Amino acid sequence: MIVELGAFALILALALAVLQTGMAVAGRLRRSPVLAGAAEGAAVAGAVAVALSFAALIWAFAVSDFSVSNVAANSHTDKPMLYKVAAAWGSHEGSLVLWCLVLTGFGAVLTRARGLPFGLKASAVATQGLLGVLFLAFAVFTSNPFARLDPAPFQGGSLNPLLQDPALAFHPPLLYLGYVGFSVCFSLAVAALIEGRANSSFWPAWGRWVRPWALASWAFLTGGITLGAFWAYYELGWGGWWFWDPVENASFLPWLAGTALLHSAVVTERRGALAGWTTFLALLAFSFSMLGAFLVRSGVLTSVHAFAVDPERGLMLLAILGVASGSAFALFAWRAPHLKGGAMFAPVSREGALVLNNVFLTAACATVLLGTLYPLILEAIDGSAISVGPPYFALTFVPLMAVALLILPAGPLLAWKRGDLRGVGQRLAVAAGLAILIAFAGWAVFEPKKALSAAGIGLGAWLILGTLAELAERLRLFRASLPESLRRARGLPLGAWGTTLAHAGLGVFVLGAVVETGYRVEAARALAPGQTIEAGKWAVRLDEVRIVEGPNYLAEQGRLTVTLRDGGAPQSVTAERRFFPTGGQTTTEVGLDFRGLDDVYVVLGERGRTAADEPGWTVRVWWNPWARLIFLGPTIMALGGLLSLLDRRLRLGVNRKSAA
Amino acid sequence: MNWLPKSPKARRRLWVIVAVAPVLALAVGLSLYAMRDNVTFFFSPSEATAETAPTGRVIRLGGLVEAGSVVRGADGEVAFAITDNAATTRIVYQGDLPDLFREGQGVVTQGAFQPDRSFRATQVLAKHDENYMPREVADRLKAKGEWRPEGTPPAGAPTT
Repeated sequence: MIVELGAFALILALALAVLQTGMAVAGRLRRSPVLAGAAEGAAVAGAVAVALSFAALIWAFAVSDFSVSNVAANSHTDKPMLYKVAAAWGSHEGSLVLWCLVLTGFGAVLTRARGLPFGLKASAVATQGLLGVLFLAFAVFTSNPFARLDPAPFQGGSLNPLLQDPALAFHPPLLYLGYVGFSVCFSLAVAALIEGRANSSFWPAWGRWVRPWALASWAFLTGGITLGAFWAYYELGWGGWWFWDPVENASFLPWLAGTALLHSAVVTERRGALAGWTTFLALLAFSFSMLGAFLVRSGVLTSVHAFAVDPERGLMLLAILGVASGSAFALFAWRAPHLKGGAMFAPVSREGALVLNNVFLTAACATVLLGTLYPLILEAIDGSAISVGPPYFALTFVPLMAVALLILPAGPLLAWKRGDLRGVGQRLAVAAGLAILIAFAGWAVFEPKKALSAAGIGLGAWLILGTLAELAERLRLFRASLPESLRRARGLPLGAWGTTLAHAGLGVFVLGAVVETGYRVEAARALAPGQTIEAGKWAVRLDEVRIVEGPNYLAEQGRLTVTLRDGGAPQSVTAERRFFPTGGQTTTEVGLDFRGLDDVYVVLGERGRTAADEPGWTVRVWWNPWARLIFLGPTIMALGGLLSLLDRRLRLGVNRKSAA
Repeated sequence: MNWLPKSPKARRRLWVIVAVAPVLALAVGLSLYAMRDNVTFFFSPSEATAETAPTGRVIRLGGLVEAGSVVRGADGEVAFAITDNAATTRIVYQGDLPDLFREGQGVVTQGAFQPDRSFRATQVLAKHDENYMPREVADRLKAKGEWRPEGTPPAGAPTT
């Protein structure tokens, strides 16, 4: 019964979305606040209906109702409760309902936004409703998660055991909050293109309305991608955290577009300039989200990450992408030339720096897009199957971003309208000098000597120090008295703190990524119990391997001891190889030994024979220096985004209720 | 600088172009350069001849793991054969095989041919899904009429 209610609620939500769109359009055309208000009511009711439907789906998973085919295919009675619930969004159908929930949920919050002019709000609500119609129809007609199975099986087919992990249970919801959050930016951009006023006060206000949505989505997406990378790092047992895989790129493209949007929206808000460009980015960010959904679910690209793949549904998603983005960009092409230019600025100015930031981000975004889609393009042209590997991205994306990061610390120090480059240089001189020193120190300390990695360390330090220098400048630290600095710190808007955190977090990430990539040490050998393998300065001894039984798996559990090679600091880790009888799959549980910023990463491989022909196990060990920073940096960035979101100046645009 | 346009609007547009052009040129140049060397072509064993896949060139080779061909040497070296049922190539791989590596299943390996035409793999790719068949492998098998859908192993292959 609850399942039928869930199915009904989903259809009801589709009907409400149609109603929302129709009434919002009619309300806008007739300038009727009653109709527009009713459309907003339909939006809220639609969100409630999707939420009920999603709750019904979770309930079906929680009680293991195998008469629902989606539950039978993706769950199992032996599974721990957390993963039963998480399985609700682990499949194509379930995750699509989650997608719709975020879409309608954000749409409902949008209706509560205050201060939006009548026409703009009605148009945005109509656009959001139309997106809801597209995706809800897709869910109801092609991917019904509540389809029944007759006869119902006694046991389910289980969820892919690799996905049974706390990080991955929360990775999709966070990611979707980011992905789909950009839909509101999309709707507001479409509305602005329709309403597009030429008066000079419109675009700054529009920038202020868009920014919180862009910020929230960006922060969630940052968190979601980081969680996904962390999962890949410790669950796959491949020693890496980013593989430039198409599915990873699919989440990275909206992030890059969203980051560009975040920065250009600042210019639009403060100066009314770049209006056309900001709307373009807002359309682009959500278009990339939809492109990602298409790439991930259609299986047109070979990825190492599994997903329910169905070419026919992929075609439907491509159609949705074509309709939504195609019409939005057509509208843009028609209306953009009529947008007003906004205030003037000199090339060397805050605006100029933000334009440069956008140029680099979009260029980098384009290279990632090309690398991701090139196999598709080539296959369509001459049928040859190719893959574009990490070296391509290392050669294109990395240098572009390196140049962008090199000029980043100067940006926040430049004044609006007309900046003083020499003054900025003076204020950053100390930070630059220190960063160069740190680069040389890195070159001296780390083995083997690598000039590029050392330069990367300098770049990371430059980002952190340059950002702190800007903060010190704002607080007049070391120049004014301490109480005066503290008073200034209290007076500093949260948005400024958020910017500082996000930029410094980026520096932390760069440090981690450069050092881990440049200086990681890998070793692998078959070990009998009692034998030792060395990786860099670490020695890892295999103590014993025993068989343990988990809730739904059997495992070979290896206990290993990590010590420094010259003795001392012993630390015990366990690494497992789990066998899941349901589905017959084996997974790896990495043993992680946290050593300050470093990880000693231990994988227990297959049972085999050692060089001396004793029975043993293959043990792979990675020493990943500074790996902690890779995941710490983006977390700081996401926190910076959330902090900016709390800024009073931004909240004037939205209701007090948080965006989620 | 009297060659600059008079109107501030045109001047700003010029500056934007001056900023955009080098970055764009850099991006295009880097992409073209990287595309030349870092695109890996996919072959099935019968397509990978000395002409199409010369010794030392990094390629991807995919097919079904031949039943009974997996030999685990000492010190983690694994040798196995992959086949598209028209030709078979021996693969030598040093390292841990993916958890889903099984005889009779589709895999994609990345590496290069050695002078003796054996294939040394640096990577063995498998997706985290038990019924996974690499798309290229599936396409080639379909083209050759060897495709058996829904992960049913080819005749004669043991079901592990």
